[in-house]
Amino acid sequence: MNLMMKRDRHCHPFRWLLALAPVLLAGCQGGILDPKGQVAADEKSLIITATLLMLLVVVPVIVMTLVFAWKYRASNTKAVYTPKWAHSNKIEAVVWIVPIIIVCCLAVVAWRTTHKLDPYRPLDSDKPPVNVQVVAMNWKWLFIYPDLGIASVNELAFPKDTPVNFHITSDAAMNSFFIPQLGGQIYAMAGMDTQLHLIANEAGTYHGMSANYSGGGFSGMKFNAIATNTPEEFQAWVAKVRASGSKLDAQGYLALAVPSENNPAAYYALGEPLLFQAVLHKYMAGRQSLAASAEDIRLAELTRVLCQTPLQPAAAPKE
Amino acid sequence: MFGKLTLDAIPFHEPIVMGALGGAGLIGLLVLAAITKYRKWGYLWTEWLTSVDHKRIGVMYIAVALVMLLRGFADALMMRTQLAMATDGAMGVFPPSHYDQVFTAHGVIMIIFMAMPFMTGLMNIVVPQQIGARDVAFPFLNSLSFYLLVAAAALVNLSLGVGNFARTGWVAYPPLAELAFSPDVGVDYYTWALQISGIGTTLTAVNFLVTVLRMRAPGMKLMQMPIFTWTCTWANVLIVASFPILTGALAMLSLDRYLDFHFFTAEAGGNAMMYLNLFWAWGHPEVYILVLPAFGIFSEVVSTFTGKRLFGHTSMIIASGVISVLGFMVWLHHFFTMGSGANVNAFFGIATMVISVPTGVKLFNWLFTIFRGRLRFEVPILWTLGFMVTFTIGGMTGVLMAVPGADFVLHNSLFLIAHFHNTIIGGAVFGYLAGFTYWFPKVFGFRLEPKLGKAAFWFWQIGFYFAFMPLYILGFLGMTRRLNHTNNPAWDIWLYVALFGALLIACGIGCQLLQLGVSIWQRKKLVDQTGDPWNGHTLEWSIPSPPPSYNFAVLPQVQDIDAFTDMKEKGTAYAKPASYAPIHMPRNTAAGVWIGGFTLALGFALIWHIWWLAIVGLVGIVGSMLARAYDDDRDFYIQPAEIEATERAAAERRALAATSA
Repeated sequence: MNLMMKRDRHCHPFRWLLALAPVLLAGCQGGILDPKGQVAADEKSLIITATLLMLLVVVPVIVMTLVFAWKYRASNTKAVYTPKWAHSNKIEAVVWIVPIIIVCCLAVVAWRTTHKLDPYRPLDSDKPPVNVQVVAMNWKWLFIYPDLGIASVNELAFPKDTPVNFHITSDAAMNSFFIPQLGGQIYAMAGMDTQLHLIANEAGTYHGMSANYSGGGFSGMKFNAIATNTPEEFQAWVAKVRASGSKLDAQGYLALAVPSENNPAAYYALGEPLLFQAVLHKYMAGRQSLAASAEDIRLAELTRVLCQTPLQPAAAPKE
Repeated sequence: MFGKLTLDAIPFHEPIVMGALGGAGLIGLLVLAAITKYRKWGYLWTEWLTSVDHKRIGVMYIAVALVMLLRGFADALMMRTQLAMATDGAMGVFPPSHYDQVFTAHGVIMIIFMAMPFMTGLMNIVVPQQIGARDVAFPFLNSLSFYLLVAAAALVNLSLGVGNFARTGWVAYPPLAELAFSPDVGVDYYTWALQISGIGTTLTAVNFLVTVLRMRAPGMKLMQMPIFTWTCTWANVLIVASFPILTGALAMLSLDRYLDFHFFTAEAGGNAMMYLNLFWAWGHPEVYILVLPAFGIFSEVVSTFTGKRLFGHTSMIIASGVISVLGFMVWLHHFFTMGSGANVNAFFGIATMVISVPTGVKLFNWLFTIFRGRLRFEVPILWTLGFMVTFTIGGMTGVLMAVPGADFVLHNSLFLIAHFHNTIIGGAVFGYLAGFTYWFPKVFGFRLEPKLGKAAFWFWQIGFYFAFMPLYILGFLGMTRRLNHTNNPAWDIWLYVALFGALLIACGIGCQLLQLGVSIWQRKKLVDQTGDPWNGHTLEWSIPSPPPSYNFAVLPQVQDIDAFTDMKEKGTAYAKPASYAPIHMPRNTAAGVWIGGFTLALGFALIWHIWWLAIVGLVGIVGSMLARAYDDDRDFYIQPAEIEATERAAAERRALAATSA
């Protein structure tokens, strides 16, 4: 690259663009224009398509504004002046119909992509998905892998090219679960089970965050989403988490639920397989009375324990 | 005795807050001292504070808007400074407990206490004059609406020194806004301030709807109403339809907080999603309430300064109506990410895009008004051209976010912040500032100094691009809103550029303050004796500047959309009637001041749970209303001799201006 640039220095008219390229590319890194998964890539191309479609009207309007303003300036007495001209069926037809055509095109694009990119739609893949249950807490993210019997805080891993199915809820204020380079966000709400389907097509560590303001510790509510290169690397991560020693059961969860900020990654073996459901049920009054099976009763009991979740830190610093 | 209120509520330990309070207190004291020194209290009370004249109430609305603009803009500068400093692990100057109040206050103040009163003020001044009326339908109600706004604005500013404001963002989503997560008085300041000002706004809308329906000059058909009056009318329809939703939503939130109801709590069957729906069922029409009158201002300005009839007047009225109706059917696009199904999201996305059709039609109509016109580059035209370019970009990014698939990655990001500032500043605020310059000579009888006006425009315009284009980029880079500090080196440069842009806008505001001062100083030089400084089309330009309290000595006969141009062409303008009839006028009253004051007491008492004061406030409000209801001395007649003298003086000034020109 350097050699080529040296050779071309005196003949390539756009060499400065080449020199600028790393800067421009670096400028896009890590954002939604630098997608690392199919969903995010589709969303990026949708943004570009829609923008180009709209520029068909926007550019002429801006150019016409400047040209008309200049041409019909008061000092240009040569320009035609028709003070009473205020209606033209032809122009009216054009100004209504052209935007309508463009909006129709956009509407078709919007209808199709909304269904294709519906966060609830499972991704097409021949690989079995990784299931992750997500709980937004004050102010950290808890990730539960129900099939693998592990849980983690503020760190998430999955193999690349494998769909990840998220079930998302909140045990605090409303948050929004968002990994910009992998795709769109979805709200995390207490008592609600929202879903999101993402995939990473490149290995790497991607920034995740809460995109919806949820109180004082919100800015530190970040996590890393690690897409491993191979399934083996992912299994190694799972083993590391499981071997971490601490066990996440009801009491462990209550300790975790105490508000805290800027939490580092933490790993747990999952001691309570119904934890996510219990967090959901916490907010569903009267649900326990429907309990019928032994498992339901156990769930109701667990929910009752979790209802003691502290909402404020034990000794809140006075503001 | 004082409910939850103790001395701890005053933030003595916060040097920035105390500094701001000290500064504001000092300025306030200086103003009060000046009024006392020049013995202006009586004048202020009888001529302004108790006035029911729509023009004076309009001026007071705009005065409140400008003061609140300074407060809201100070918040904006604080936020930009914080974010430019708190990068790469640094924490900046404002901890979340303070910063989160700042961004909440910024949003609430700019929308409810800057843009709304600015819009209402212009509407107050202009609409009755444009339709050839002598005042609004209910002059006392108009005064009352204003004092409800003042009471609400006072509550918001009290929160700076007594207690704290909400730390929820201006939308105050539950469950964060519920007692469990926001146990202090911040959210109560928010709900009561919005409730009180919302009632005032609703009353204003009712007042002006009746005014345009019942008080148009003889001959003026509905479809002949000037376009600014029409867009205000659509905005008022939206207010009457949407503000009760806000009132209801906030009332439910208050019931949750005060009486342990569970409308929106996370537990006990409450559902926060309901609040989001209600809030935006008001919130989305609200942005059209702000921008439609601005569209009307641009229409007036373009047709005046091109010396041309507005292209497609009827089409403009229809387009505004379509925008109003559609504006009510798109609220869900504020939360595509809440998990609605694809069909629902797609429906609301497409409904949103459809709004760009009538909006596009408006832009084309302005373009074809300029086409074959004689465009004079006065300050209001600069704002209009700046708007046409800037708003087009903001509209485009808005339609982009209306595509649910794109919104999933753009929602809650700085791209969203850039978009709505692009439309609200580039649309509404530019419009109000154009209208401010355009109608200023009508209200005060002298123009604003144009050089400083042009400098202000360019600072605002260039500052806008420096301040908000970086936010679009930051949105693409994955930066979300309401962050207190960041830790991504790729973002830093854009945060610095945005701060620079905000400082440029600060220079623009500085130029405007200077312009106001210089214009008052040189008011003799900038005087307008004709009442028609821009060669206007509509009726407000047919009367003297400043207009007499009765506006029109004789109600005009309207035969054309551009009623005054029509009169000038037919030679019937300024025609002197054979005789004048006595004019029936409303008498000034202090009832609005009292009710506003008691409402402030009631709001403050409810916020701090001072129940005896709440009773005092409530009894005071009802008592003032009764006193007003039994007050028989509320109107008088201006006699023909006085009218004739006033009109003769105006005619002489006009003749003098014509000979000296």
